[in-house]
Amino acid sequence: MQNLILYSVTIILILLSFLKDKAKTKKAMMKAWKAFDNILPQFLGVITLVGIILSILNPKMISGIIGSSSGWLGVIMASVIGAITLIPGFIAFPTAAMLLNSGAGYMQIGAFISALMMVGVVTLPVEIKYFGKKTTLVRNILAFVFSFAVAFVIGKVAGEL
Amino acid sequence: MNLIKRYMFFLITIIAIGILFFISKDAGVSALNTTMYSFKEMILIIPPIFILLGLLDVWVPRETMIKYMGEEAGLKGIALAIFLGSAAAGPLYGAFPIAAVFMKKGAKFSNVLIFIGAWSTTKIPMFLFELSSLGAEFALTRLAMSLIGILFIAYIVNRLMDEKEIRLIYDNANNLSK
Repeated sequence: MQNLILYSVTIILILLSFLKDKAKTKKAMMKAWKAFDNILPQFLGVITLVGIILSILNPKMISGIIGSSSGWLGVIMASVIGAITLIPGFIAFPTAAMLLNSGAGYMQIGAFISALMMVGVVTLPVEIKYFGKKTTLVRNILAFVFSFAVAFVIGKVAGEL
Repeated sequence: MNLIKRYMFFLITIIAIGILFFISKDAGVSALNTTMYSFKEMILIIPPIFILLGLLDVWVPRETMIKYMGEEAGLKGIALAIFLGSAAAGPLYGAFPIAAVFMKKGAKFSNVLIFIGAWSTTKIPMFLFELSSLGAEFALTRLAMSLIGILFIAYIVNRLMDEKEIRLIYDNANNLSK
């Protein structure tokens, strides 16, 4: 569904652009290709690295570490796991629901999801390429620390704290 | 030679998967499966993102970007950065090339950071998915926290960078999307 919208919008815009100005459209396509070619090696490296990390960290292992009685130590572990993995949302959410059912706590899942989405250890090389070392490191460290705040508030809301 | 250098990181990860196969065949197969899965996701999502980026670069004049997301854009710029990031699709690494075009066109640094933050965690399709998987209480609490976090992180990162460092990032963005 999401892809359908993305593709429809893109195709409509290409057509509009083409009708308005062929040369400009061609230039846009060249730019798109150059930008893609520029970053492709990093993309390929990152997705392979993610495959390796996820084969080592499976759901069973994760739920053992971040059970509801694991407390703040579990929250820290959950954030670390979230930070180093890069799982697409449509796998991450059902996995998180499954982890909750198999005994993980809301706080830990909150920290896990937050760190998963906002912190990207494996994508650091890509981010550094665009934003430099300092911005990238500061942004990721702050996002990591922030996942504890998310855990705290979700713990309060869920009545775990 | 240059090609090998560019793909060095990828080559190392391929070799690592090979080694993983030797240690445990199951882990190797699982790593390969996940990688193929992410690869398919990349093939599906990335082409439209880059085409949109190309069109954005060619069609949106610098003045427009400055007006809506530049230094003087104020709250309008912040709101637009959150909206554009949240309306996005695809993994976070897709956001960086678009952010580079924003910077090239004169968007304010803190707005670019807000855009990155929104793309990472308040994407609308993902929010709906979170809502159905983990419930309204969880998803809404996290959304509210994320919005605070995105603004907070953008503010701090922006404050910690001096003018010279930000200019270097903008120069780099210019070179990357020539």
